[in-house]
Amino acid sequence: MKSLRKLIDNNKPHFQKGGKLAKFGSTFVAIEAFLFTPNHTSKTGVHIHDAIDLKRTMTVVILALVPALLFGSWNIGYQNGLAFGIERGIPENFMFGFLKILPLIIVSYGVGLGIEFISAQIRGHEVNEGFLVTGILIPLILPVNIPLWMVALAVAFAVIFGKEIFGGTGYNIMNVALVARAFLFFAYPSKMSGDAVWIYDLPTKVPVDGFSGATPLAQLAQGASSKMASFYDMFMGFIPGSIGETSTLAILIGAAILIFTGIASWKIMLSTVFGALAIGILCNLLAVNEYMALPPYYHLVMGGFAFGAVFMATDPVTAAHTEKGKWIYGFMIGAFAVTIRVFNPAYPEGMMLAILLMNIWSPLIDYFVIESHIKRRLKRAKLKANA
Amino acid sequence: MSIFTSKNFKLLSNPLNLENPVTVQILGICSALAVTTKLKPAIVMGLSVMVVTAFSNLVISAMRNTIPPRIRIIVQLVVVASMVILVDQLLRAFVYDVSKQLSVYVGLIITNCIIMGRLEAFAMGNKPWPSFIDGIGNGIGYALILIVVAFIRELFGSGAILGYQVVPQSFYDAGYINNGMMIMPTMALVLVGVIIWIQRSFNKELIEKD
Repeated sequence: MKSLRKLIDNNKPHFQKGGKLAKFGSTFVAIEAFLFTPNHTSKTGVHIHDAIDLKRTMTVVILALVPALLFGSWNIGYQNGLAFGIERGIPENFMFGFLKILPLIIVSYGVGLGIEFISAQIRGHEVNEGFLVTGILIPLILPVNIPLWMVALAVAFAVIFGKEIFGGTGYNIMNVALVARAFLFFAYPSKMSGDAVWIYDLPTKVPVDGFSGATPLAQLAQGASSKMASFYDMFMGFIPGSIGETSTLAILIGAAILIFTGIASWKIMLSTVFGALAIGILCNLLAVNEYMALPPYYHLVMGGFAFGAVFMATDPVTAAHTEKGKWIYGFMIGAFAVTIRVFNPAYPEGMMLAILLMNIWSPLIDYFVIESHIKRRLKRAKLKANA
Repeated sequence: MSIFTSKNFKLLSNPLNLENPVTVQILGICSALAVTTKLKPAIVMGLSVMVVTAFSNLVISAMRNTIPPRIRIIVQLVVVASMVILVDQLLRAFVYDVSKQLSVYVGLIITNCIIMGRLEAFAMGNKPWPSFIDGIGNGIGYALILIVVAFIRELFGSGAILGYQVVPQSFYDAGYINNGMMIMPTMALVLVGVIIWIQRSFNKELIEKD
């Protein structure tokens, strides 16, 4: 540790103003801040410092994602075992899956951080921690069979067009991880949907008899709900799906961490659930087909709903900022997600599109909430003046 | 009356870069998104718009002193519409398959903002010959963007250029897949955005102050 500190201190003058490598200054600062807590204090004006800075926020979110990541790793091995009739223990399943996820995570971080560092260099900004969470979210919302070059392309697209052109971390109007997923979904649909993409090796090898690899959502959309997994299996996550999204239980542990630390808004999570239940109940009452007859609470454990509600919808940059707005924003995400699922056969999963749509609407929601506050207060002021 | 005077040359060259109708004036975006999936229709579309803009400019400019100002828009529309019908018939006669691909968008040249924009901004106040050159220049400026966007979209979206397969089969065998996003208008919008970005990073005077 000491030798590392020495190395950094010795090289510091080169990277400061006037030094040989001054143009890589922000890269140097980023590496130093990543390795050691910076000790500089503000020199002018009055500042209020909060212990929870961007770095700590991001770290907590990553901690909250760990249960989903661990379960996802295990589930890859488990599903692969089911498909080809291989018996493995829990550690073997876990290692099997972990080795499949690792390249995805490395590519995601490599490409994303690379672009962040370059764009920070060009602008002369400091590198910030915005990509730390996005980089782990992206692999978790992809199917395990996705080719690595596609991941690299999608991450590059998402970071450049989802974030950097708007001004970098904190200025993006849409969730960067979901932009990456949407890009892949529309650019390479054959690798992002269908029955074969969710289970490792399934496209190339022949599975055991009767194994299809279809997700519960796909089975429902095809009208084969009798084959669907039980509520318990879906809640626990023993189903095919994107890597991190299957286990509602693991996601709920993450949600508890996020809510306990106050990082994510419980209002958004709760209202998303309400929105989904509202439309779910409505469909259930009409129930003209098999999909609509599905009990509404099933929607909460299927597909990417839980993952989206906890980790994507609550993204503090792209969500609504006003407290009332958060309720509306979340409610509409849940409502749209279920509507797309049930009524649009082209998209078995609606969570991604629902969140992206509401990301774009959230400034509008905030605007109207603030306007209504202004109107109400003006009215109150007038009443007082009259009285 | 020569095309080689520097003033006329400017009319021809300005729309290519500093006054480009698509990337600077942001006109004609809708058709730029719609017809650029493949290179061939984009080229034909660019040529059609160029012809229509040039000749409508010429006709309107020749009539400019006799058009009553209150009904000038309707007069302009009649001229543009007849030009578009001529172009449409020519396309149907000589390049039927492309005309099929362009379908409704040839007819929609009438509503292309570039044409009305040039008529209002230039032809109504200038002599016929400069107006004609201005129309040609703006047509080329429009076609240029269409061709660049269509080239990228066809190359990555279909692996071909002008219908000829250029991405070799060995790429596909190795796991390469055509990008389906390139076929969608969304990506055309992103590409036009990228062109605007590149253009403005070379021409700093185009960057708007906020």
